[in-house]
Formats: sequence, C-alpha cells, structure tokens
Amino acid sequence: MDGLKRGSAAIVGVAESDLGHVADDLSVIDLMAQGTKRALDDCGLTLKDVDGLFSATSQSRLSVLALAEYLGLDPKFIGSTIVGGSSFEYHVAQAMGAIALGLCNVAVIAYGSTQRSVGRKQASLREINPYETPFRPFMPSSAYALAASRHMHEFGTTREQMAAVAVAAREWALLNPVAWEKKPLTIEGVLSSRMVSWPFTVRDCCLVTDGGGAVVVTSAERARSLRKKPAYVLGCGQSITHASISGMPDLTVTGAQASGKAAYAMARLGPADVDAVELYDAFTLNTILFLEDLGFCRKGEGGAFVEGGRIAPQGGSAGSLPVNTNGGGLSYCHPGMYGIFLLIEAVRQLRGECGARQVPDCEVALAHGNGGVLSSQATVILGGEAAL
Amino acid sequence: MPSPHSPLKTYLDHLERGELAYQFSPEAGKPVFYPRVVCPFTGSERLEWRVSKGLGTVYATTVVHPADGAPFNVALIDCDEGFRLMSRVEDIAPDQVKIGQRVRFRVHRPGGEEAPCPVFVPAEGA
Repeated sequence: MDGLKRGSAAIVGVAESDLGHVADDLSVIDLMAQGTKRALDDCGLTLKDVDGLFSATSQSRLSVLALAEYLGLDPKFIGSTIVGGSSFEYHVAQAMGAIALGLCNVAVIAYGSTQRSVGRKQASLREINPYETPFRPFMPSSAYALAASRHMHEFGTTREQMAAVAVAAREWALLNPVAWEKKPLTIEGVLSSRMVSWPFTVRDCCLVTDGGGAVVVTSAERARSLRKKPAYVLGCGQSITHASISGMPDLTVTGAQASGKAAYAMARLGPADVDAVELYDAFTLNTILFLEDLGFCRKGEGGAFVEGGRIAPQGGSAGSLPVNTNGGGLSYCHPGMYGIFLLIEAVRQLRGECGARQVPDCEVALAHGNGGVLSSQATVILGGEAAL
Repeated sequence: MPSPHSPLKTYLDHLERGELAYQFSPEAGKPVFYPRVVCPFTGSERLEWRVSKGLGTVYATTVVHPADGAPFNVALIDCDEGFRLMSRVEDIAPDQVKIGQRVRFRVHRPGGEEAPCPVFVPAEGA
C-alpha cells in the first residue's frame, strides 16, 4: 500500500484463545482477552505496553470498547474495521500506519467468537437484503456455490478438484495438535457428504467452531528487542469489489488480484518468493480462486493446480506448495471470522515453531484474508530478518 | 429535494403491476441494479426508471438443500438490458437449471405480508 514503509512494523506476539468448543458462558470478550494475554506473553510485553487496540467480532457491536474496559486500557489509538473475516488483515495495515505516525507503538489486534456454543444464528445478526433474501440462499454457502458454478462452467473445474482442497487441508490438520478435525478425509468422502448448496457438500464448507486469538504489532525497532524473531510486515494490499454476491462484477475474479498486486509491489516480492501460503478457505473454491488471483497459477488453472496433493504436506517435495499449513478453516478452526488465524500461522511458520507441519526454511509467508461473500480481500506479506 | 419514494418502494410497485423495473443512468449510459438514490458510476442523483423486457440468461446457479424440505434453485440472471439480479428458475428441476440457459421473467406473489419477487422460467428460443 502506498504510504506504508516496507518492514517498518512487525508482528511480534501471536496466540490463539481457547478453540473448538469453549467452556459454557465464556464470552467473546473473555476469548479476546485470553488471546491478548497469551500473545503479550509470547513476546514478553505486558498490558502496560499496549497503546493501540483493534478488534472485530460478529457478537459485540462495540467490541473495542468492551475489550478496553475488560483489560483496563485507555488506548491512544483504536480500530474496529469490520468487513468480515478479512478484518484483521485490514487492521494490520492500519496498525502499521498508526505506528509509523506515532499514534501508538504497541497495537493488539483481537478476535473472539462463540458461534459453536451459542449457535450460528445467534452469533451473527441476520441482515435482510430485499433483492436476495426472498430467494432463500443459504448464506454464505450459496454465494460461494454460485461462484463455484461459474468457475466450473468457464474453466471446467470439477467437484473432485475442489474436494482435493479439503483433503489437503485435512492432511495438514492431522499434523496440528489443536486442529478440530482428527480423522483422515478422502475425495470420495467429500463428494458423498451431505449436500449443502450444490456443488458444495458440508466438507467443502468451513467448520463451525468457537475460537479467538490476538496478534501484537509494534515498530521494527522495538520488535528487535523482544523475545521472539520478528515477522516483519513487508507488504499489505486490500480491495473491495462488492458486498452482496449479486453485485460481484465477475464471479471468477476476486479482489485478491488487486490486493495481491499491491502487497507484492510494496514487498518487492512475487509469488515465487513465498514459502508458506495461508489463504482464507471458507469454502474449497476459495483456495483455488486465491491461488489464481495471487499469481501462484494462471486464471482458470487453480483446479488442476491443487490436484495430486500438490498443496498437501509433503516435506517440501518438488513442485509442491505449502498452503493452509494449520489445516485451514476447513479442518483446523473456523469461528466465523477466520482472518486472525492466517496471521498467527504465518508468523509461527516464519519463526519455525510449527513442529510436524513446519515448512522448511520459511522466510516469507503470505496471509490472505477474505470477508463477506468474496467481498473484502486483504493480503499481508510477512518475512523474517533475511527477507528484509 | 427529499425523495418522494424509496427506490425499493418504486421497484416493488412495478412488481405489483407485473413489471421488472430497473434504473438507467443517462450520464453513464448504463443500467443500475439494485435501485439506488445515487448512481454508482457517476455519483449523480439522476436515475431513470425503465421496465425490462423480462428476458435474460442464467449467469450462475446453485441448488440449496435445506435441512427440511425439498431442494430449490437460486440463480443469478443477466437480463438482456445489462443488469444482473438474484432470482430462481421455476418450472424445471432445480438441478436442471444450466448456465447460459435463456429465461423469461414472471412475478411471484407469495401472498400475505410478503412482497412480490421476480422469478424466471425457461424461455427456449428467446
């Protein structure tokens, strides 16, 4: 993004809150606070150091107020941009800008959701769109399903290819001790599951879990004095193309093209430089679309690209690309707004903290957030010291 | 000048009369849908109402499988005048709705408190 200086800020602390199905009556602010405390502990900072606060959730209208009160903070700078699951990637760029301007120095970005515990309908306000709601689309699944129908029509993408995305995510999840799903999955298993909104079965769709987390952003200078290796913010980009699916200009092309282009330009890097790719996989189609739109393959070739286990864990074999190394929204965790977890995993990969799922020699990681119904796209490129 | 009617009300009044209405921006030379008070192409408040001939092509399609009840179609339709809307194709099985298929508008009146809405049926040769 113009105006942001490559590498001027870094993510220094990351943590998940409790995940999966959390204890009864834990609130979303409890989970945000838990994530914040753990992320500060991760880097050796304390609440006293925090002077910037960002949050988003579907379950608290004034969440940044609630979180500030809960933590006893009066932050110098706050942000509550809420554009769906990509909100946290937007927050990173905003925190970076605020830090560069001296508006704050240590920013916490937090998320929490109890959608599994309270039920999906209770977790997010149902909005009536008089031009869509009468047709009873099952949202958001039907919106992405419409996009999938178009991708299949234009490029010959198959249900089996989309299923390969779910299978790869599951294989990564089996290497992640905190992933929700614990059993192997096959392409046949995806195809024969309960149909939700054609061409998607329930296995093409993200999980419905509780969860939350936080990341801590500070200046590059301060980052170097902290406990963990900084994950420098090398590039950021964002794009909004529409809000409702009937307003999306071309259902096979997302704003990730624009957000990726901006992030790569700022980072002075390209897709070939990225070692670990964390993409917002709310649905299997997403991974295919974002691999195309972020330049890992050409438009229309995403289906063929994901075949044969190419994005599954393979220990760095030739031609493979590590994608969604935590198991993704499809198999690890998806509390409704997944974007915070993309950042957490990207940072951990750069630090070499990922155990069995660690990508070897990971120097550059890309986190790509998606919000709404392919509506708000935001790309964050992170790198270690060697990538600066 | 305050707006005498919301764009939604004008749209629904047309539907009550069996018409599929859309707006046209004379300055942009393009259709606008959904109806608005400001043109997204020019920022102008000058938007004309027009009535569609009601012919279009299926742009994208899905079949919703509800927990209870029969599966049903949801589609995006590109109308010949150049605007797109969400709708469904009726009179054929939901999984027989195909991208590229020609379709014709008809008004669906659910009755009771519910507003009418535009649905489509196959229009071979149209």
